[in-house]
Amino acid sequence: MAKLDSAASLSQMRDQLKVRNSELSSKDSPQSTIQVKVTMATCGIASGSRPVFDYMKEELGKRNIPALVTKVGCMGFCYAEPTIEITMPGKAPVMFGFVNTKKADEIIERFIRKGETIEGVIPMNYEIA
Amino acid sequence: MKRGTWHVARITCSLSRKNMAKQIRIALRNCGVIDPERIEDYISRDGYMALATVLTELTPGAVIEIMKKSGLRGRGGGGFPAGLKWEITRKVQADQKYVVCNADEGDPGAFMDRSILEGDPHSVLEAMAINGYCTGASKGLVYIRAEYPLAIDRLKTAMKQAREMGLLGDNILGTGFNFDIDIRYGAGAFVCGEETALIHSMEGLRGEPTVKPPFPSVEGYLKKPTNVNNVETFANVPVIINKGWEWFSSIGTEKSKGTKVFALAGKINNVGLVEVPMGTTLREVIYEIGGGIQYGKEFKAAQTGGPSGGCLTKKHLDTPIDYDNLIAAGSMMGSGGLIVMDEDDCMVAIAKFYLEFTVEESCGKCSPCRIGNKRLHEILGKITQGNGTMEDIDKLRNLGQVIKDTSLCGLGQSSPNPVLSTIDNFIEEYLEHVKDKKCRSKVCKSLMQYLVLPEKCIGCTLCARNCPVNAISGERKQAHLIDQEKCIKCGACLEKCKFNAIIIN
Ligand SMILES: Cc1cc2nc3c(=O)[nH]c(=O)nc-3n(C[C@H](O)[C@H](O)[C@H](O)COP(=O)(O)O)c2cc1C
Ligand code: SF4
Ligand code: SF4
Repeated sequence: MAKLDSAASLSQMRDQLKVRNSELSSKDSPQSTIQVKVTMATCGIASGSRPVFDYMKEELGKRNIPALVTKVGCMGFCYAEPTIEITMPGKAPVMFGFVNTKKADEIIERFIRKGETIEGVIPMNYEIA
Repeated sequence: MKRGTWHVARITCSLSRKNMAKQIRIALRNCGVIDPERIEDYISRDGYMALATVLTELTPGAVIEIMKKSGLRGRGGGGFPAGLKWEITRKVQADQKYVVCNADEGDPGAFMDRSILEGDPHSVLEAMAINGYCTGASKGLVYIRAEYPLAIDRLKTAMKQAREMGLLGDNILGTGFNFDIDIRYGAGAFVCGEETALIHSMEGLRGEPTVKPPFPSVEGYLKKPTNVNNVETFANVPVIINKGWEWFSSIGTEKSKGTKVFALAGKINNVGLVEVPMGTTLREVIYEIGGGIQYGKEFKAAQTGGPSGGCLTKKHLDTPIDYDNLIAAGSMMGSGGLIVMDEDDCMVAIAKFYLEFTVEESCGKCSPCRIGNKRLHEILGKITQGNGTMEDIDKLRNLGQVIKDTSLCGLGQSSPNPVLSTIDNFIEEYLEHVKDKKCRSKVCKSLMQYLVLPEKCIGCTLCARNCPVNAISGERKQAHLIDQEKCIKCGACLEKCKFNAIIIN
């Protein structure tokens, strides 16, 4: 990584990243992709999120579904770990709780591929500053 | 599958509610949103912009003014105004100063700080650098317990990335400001979260508190001025700079601004991490965000402030939660542990549980805390065993007060709180234990009797065959009898009896 040598270079980098991120989640951009976030804080890992993370990464690749799978910190729903959040391009994020590899398979096949509504959605109950 | 079912049912009902209590994530803004091991993710969410603004556009005095006006108070327990602490540290003249992040988090059941460090480590690093700029420190130290390996890993990764990008180290962002951070490990002693003990522990000395003043801001690590703030306090700082103190101080109550992260635990449906504006009521936290009490049971109390705090009861359900209201209610904010108790919890046993913790964790330096807490614990033991007297309750009160008044550090000064607040709020439970030798929640084993109801017992002998100590006698097809002297109260008979003929008295 190159050193940032001024405040201006930092804000330039930020602006580029913001553009990239909005392209990722926009429906119409060529960069557009499905974003999958798997909770991998101590609570999530202890409840089994690591195999879910690996499964998502591997299976989405195998099944030719372009997606960006990332690990994130605690989303706050410890009672429902492992939790994962899926953002389809142009849509609001949807969060699922109690995800194991079986549920992950259902999420890939039914929610991601077919756009069906499936069980296990956790409503977002917070606003982010 | 069963778990999934009630989960979905609950979701349906919480969706239908119109005015769901609002959570606002400020300290947790990036947790669950960004990859904590990618600095680009943090930067894309305005990360390090506050540091850039501070270094290029603001004087240290101006930043401190913003912090003071924001009303941010320390989230580590004491609630001391952060801006004021920064100012005090700034004013002391010294050739070297230090910024310390307190990530000891010793409160049992609390995991707010761990979650921040695991989900958004850069926010803490950025805030420490801002603090260094304001106070004149070039060195930061994170004191973190060794039991947090993942948090430590992510912190290290974040530090490495920040250095590589010129956001830590020499000449940050080309401004000539130098600041770097190191990690120090704690061994998991509760008292080492107390700032003077923490500093001694970092110096390689015994983790024992010393008298304040001198406060760390004046004389701390290696006798140099040291600004100690908690993880969550720091995590709020970059947002305050980016969004302005006006925005921050518009959230919360008159004297407690912003939000507080709570680790919701105990007999609650939605165990988890929540961040609510100061002034949210306990009812909103428990019933709207927490999804209510498990198995539809009745709420009895909520412990805030961990072993140093007290319990809030039904009459406090609609009290807005902030620093001052909690103190007025006989508890304290503490670091954010919030443990919910229901009708099955015995308040005397709860007080005893917390005392056990403090007896274990007292550093032993001063007698009131070392010996006094032990005596409190013994008296509680006596009461839960059915040997308590009315004088014992008075003794708990008096001794508790003496320990509070005469202990050296915050541990001893607050350790009797769980006892005193349960006596204040649940005196009837103490009286029942002492006078009637009864524990209504059926927790205190010595006060329980397993009895056979002769009218229901058909004499199947199943209980007698399962009793590990042969305490049950009786002929086949005749009512059985439990020998109370022999019974060890294991509950096996109650579980085995198919005719509900065994009860707990
Ligand atoms: C027994 C005891 C334990 C403490 N443990 C912690 C802790 O784990 N984390 C913390 O931030 N503060 C803890 N504190 C409070 C610290 O002494 C200090 O007030 C705090 O770190 C200051 O930061 P703040 O103003 O940002 O809250 C503890 C205090 C006492 C008396
Ligand atoms: S009050 Fe307790 S923990 Fe604090 S210094 Fe005295 S003995 Fe140690
Ligand atoms: S509670 Fe246990 S020890 Fe007591 S009578 Fe029943 S089975 Fe025997």
